[in-house]
Amino acid sequence: MKTAVVLLPGLNRDRDMIAALTKISGKAPVTVWQTDTEIPDVDLIAIPGGFSFGDYLRCGAIAARSPVMRAVAEKAAKGVQVIGVCNGFQILVEAGLLPGALMRNSSLKFVCREVKLQVANANTAFTRNYAPGQIIRAPIAHHDGNYFADDETLKRIEGGGQVVFRYAEGTNPNGSINDIAGIINTNGNVLGLMPHPENLIEAAHGGTDGRGLFESALGIPSRQAA
Amino acid sequence: MTAQTNIAITPELIKAHGLKPDEYQRILDLIGREPSFTELGIFSAMWNEHCSYKSSKKWLRTLPTSGPLVIQGPGENAGVVDIGDGDCVVFKMESHNHPSYIEPYQGAATGVGGILRDVFTMGARPIAAMNALRFGAPDHPKTRHLVAGVVSGVGGYGNSFGVPTVGGEVNFDARYNGNILVNAFAAGIAKTDAIFYSKAEGVGLPVVYLGAKTGRDGVGGATMASAEFDDKIEEKRPTVQVGDPFTEKCLLEACLELMASGAVIAIQDMGAAGLTCSAVEMGAKGDLGILLDLDKVPVREERMSAYEMMLSESQERMLMVLRPEKEKEAEAIFRKWDLDFAVVGHTTDDLRFRIVHQGDEAANLPIKDLGDKAPEYDRPWVEPRKREPLAADDIPQADVADALLKMLGGPDLSSRRWVWEQYDTLIQGNSLQLPGGDAGVVRVEGHATKALAFASDVTPRYCEADPFEGGKQAVAECWRNLTATGADPLAATDNLNFGNPERPEIMGQFVHAIKGIGEACRALGFPIVSGNVSLYNETNGQGILPTPTIGGVGLLPDWSKMMRVGFAGERQVILLVGAPPAWGTHLAQSIYMRDIHGRTDGPPPPVDLAHEKRVGDFVRKLIRSGTATAVHDCSDGGLAVALAEMAIASGIGATIPGLTGTDPIPVFFGEDQGRYLVTLDLDPQSDGMTAIWDEAKSLGIHAPWIGTTGGAELKLGGARAIPVAELKSVHESWFPRFMDGK
Amino acid sequence: MIKARVTVTLKNGVLDPQGKAIEHALSGLGFGGVGSVRQGKVFDLELQETDKAKAEAELKAMCDKLLANTVIENYNVSLT
Repeated sequence: MKTAVVLLPGLNRDRDMIAALTKISGKAPVTVWQTDTEIPDVDLIAIPGGFSFGDYLRCGAIAARSPVMRAVAEKAAKGVQVIGVCNGFQILVEAGLLPGALMRNSSLKFVCREVKLQVANANTAFTRNYAPGQIIRAPIAHHDGNYFADDETLKRIEGGGQVVFRYAEGTNPNGSINDIAGIINTNGNVLGLMPHPENLIEAAHGGTDGRGLFESALGIPSRQAA
Repeated sequence: MTAQTNIAITPELIKAHGLKPDEYQRILDLIGREPSFTELGIFSAMWNEHCSYKSSKKWLRTLPTSGPLVIQGPGENAGVVDIGDGDCVVFKMESHNHPSYIEPYQGAATGVGGILRDVFTMGARPIAAMNALRFGAPDHPKTRHLVAGVVSGVGGYGNSFGVPTVGGEVNFDARYNGNILVNAFAAGIAKTDAIFYSKAEGVGLPVVYLGAKTGRDGVGGATMASAEFDDKIEEKRPTVQVGDPFTEKCLLEACLELMASGAVIAIQDMGAAGLTCSAVEMGAKGDLGILLDLDKVPVREERMSAYEMMLSESQERMLMVLRPEKEKEAEAIFRKWDLDFAVVGHTTDDLRFRIVHQGDEAANLPIKDLGDKAPEYDRPWVEPRKREPLAADDIPQADVADALLKMLGGPDLSSRRWVWEQYDTLIQGNSLQLPGGDAGVVRVEGHATKALAFASDVTPRYCEADPFEGGKQAVAECWRNLTATGADPLAATDNLNFGNPERPEIMGQFVHAIKGIGEACRALGFPIVSGNVSLYNETNGQGILPTPTIGGVGLLPDWSKMMRVGFAGERQVILLVGAPPAWGTHLAQSIYMRDIHGRTDGPPPPVDLAHEKRVGDFVRKLIRSGTATAVHDCSDGGLAVALAEMAIASGIGATIPGLTGTDPIPVFFGEDQGRYLVTLDLDPQSDGMTAIWDEAKSLGIHAPWIGTTGGAELKLGGARAIPVAELKSVHESWFPRFMDGK
Repeated sequence: MIKARVTVTLKNGVLDPQGKAIEHALSGLGFGGVGSVRQGKVFDLELQETDKAKAEAELKAMCDKLLANTVIENYNVSLT
């Protein structure tokens, strides 16, 4: 299983993502830099969290217009799996690869804590190792995770099963509409989510609920599969 | 803005630079002529309290700073301690008090930025941060605004930079109304064979400026940090610098890449009085002169004078001496990260600090004298007044359950979740213990079992009542908190915050606190390897509580044996290890006396350092052998609060029958030192238990079985049982309610 | 050279928690008559272009491509 991690100035969970992919796939991912215009053939491209370009202007806005994101868009169009976590999600949305927008948390504060996620769609390449409706634990750490989409878009993504993760059990930390925590594109190969599954994959993290996502995407059976 | 080259040096100007007449005379004697305006600025920056430590140096020298594992003590950007396997931990704590009072968000943010830079300047990747914050009374009109701004600034910088904040302190006291304290700690990990220092070596080598451009930020800032506040403080606002964590993150990556390339001979971060202090330090340490050409300095404002450039505190900048043959490679790395890179001068053999600007020589000073010949004062001090102990029968009464709930739901003991949920505590994926326990714990990357523990402690009300005992206690509590996780305490950093040292009673506090710190560090084998002094924390003659913050680092050989504070299960034995026969006795200076009875008389609890060491080593052994199941130290609020915290952290209750025939108030609320709560999953009648008691006894340690875990209530002696859910809700509600203004 | 000012504001109907907080703070300061506050961004630009129509077209393209997120934001371009 080959993976790639996108590196942009200001991202800071790149090392977390590289560690997670290395531990789960057994092989270190290749890294691609902001100015790279080509991405090698891989099964999964991950855009990690952080504050790309300081998140100045808007979160993910400047990163979304970097050369490497054009290359990501090309790969995505060819069906390569792409996952964006936190700032990665914001970048995918700003790049137009996913619908909607991520706004300032309703509390107006950065928030780092553990939340509960419901697997709203277990029938995707990224969630097939989870059971439908399964509740998993997930850490979050963000200032701008308040998902927004206009009525029409919302109807479309809800109707099309594009909502993959929802904050569960009253743990919505940011005011996201319909408790949306993660969405997928219509082709089912581009996923964005605010929580950090890469920070919950081993005993030292206090749990392994995040592994299922990467294992699904990489075709590895999960122990916790239903 | 004029070029400011021909400004007359008047007594007013000298005074405005914070230089006393005798200090100015010293300058005249040193250079044999009147200094230029730029030179006056340079002297003022180098000789102010903040950079020169002129009031504190004499006493700082008395602290123990070495040990078998210490690689670098005070004097560099940060201290360095060996943690084995070729790795070392690099750490320091530094204050950003005055800037944070003036502009809380930027002041706190740049404080965090500065301390992170100190750590990565030495070649370490930052892995943990802490913040010790002291604010004024909750009902003071500025407090809420300052808390909101400081917390958001700490988070804004640290989160974006990408370092987990794993611990810290937040306290309130009216004595900080006009002078809040923001003490920022950072630690990083480096390879012992790849530590970088500020000492320049070699003549004619390029001095390179790296990072962000220079603006007029903070011109005069270091002078401000050493000035007492008055009512005109608001006018000082424009000198506050603005942080850019994005640039700092790029600077970190670029510096580490550059260091790995072998290009770096010496490196110094530009902090207070940036270009001046960093260049002088690099040259003076290496017995070299430095020539700087200011026309080469990257600037972001027009028509900057030499004076402004030399005193600018623009953030996210570094100065390096590079190997000439690696210059191109170094430049390419910095260009990749879109950072400025400019050769701004070179090292010389004339021991002069020379500044050239637009064809003029703006300064030409003896470089060694700028640092070494700074004034040093043996300031007069008076013995702090000893406080009379409370009378034996002076035990003000209250209902134990009511008092506990009031204390847990008060400003000092309530949960700080509101604060630390605004900090990224999880980034880097190595955090094993988050804020809220005894110490933050972080795995050592690349090692299967090792972890580092971090704690920050001081009890300012103890220091006020007795600076010597308070200094001892700050060190002992920090050492105790590290021990409670199972770590071997390695070394510490001190951040000494006091009032105006020109007042003998303040100087007396300082001297005694240092004596106490030194004694405790020697007794516990816990050297001070870095630190910072912040004096003149006064407004209109009212000084802060003496606050010598101690930031400690410990090493856990195997984190799978790490202890947490929460009860680990039902029906477990609770021992109070290190207790006096009556469990608790010392009420003076306790939170109970202050918050329930409004009393602040009497001496603080004394620390018996030999006992402290024995008890700590015994507890650590119980942890390492896998016998202990949960450990928590007893500190503010005494036994009752420590038990409540263990219950809240786990959701499990406990029953503590109490001592018959003994007044429960000192038992539950006394703040006797050197005590740990340790739970064991053992039958009290078993041989294993007997063996533990035998060993404790042989060491002269009293470790009474005080109760048992279980149920959903905390029952203390004859007091009414309190549901753990109620404890938790009281504990969690004060901070958010306060910040909501309700 | 043409100087221009671009203002970017949230679309109607998009929740603006920052605006709400400012509104709340204003009423706390005694400005009771404030009905609603919506916050936004201002960009001042200097363009080499001398043709106003071209400059305006270019600025709109800048807004669509970067300065505004048209999912949630409106923009307004004015030449000074």
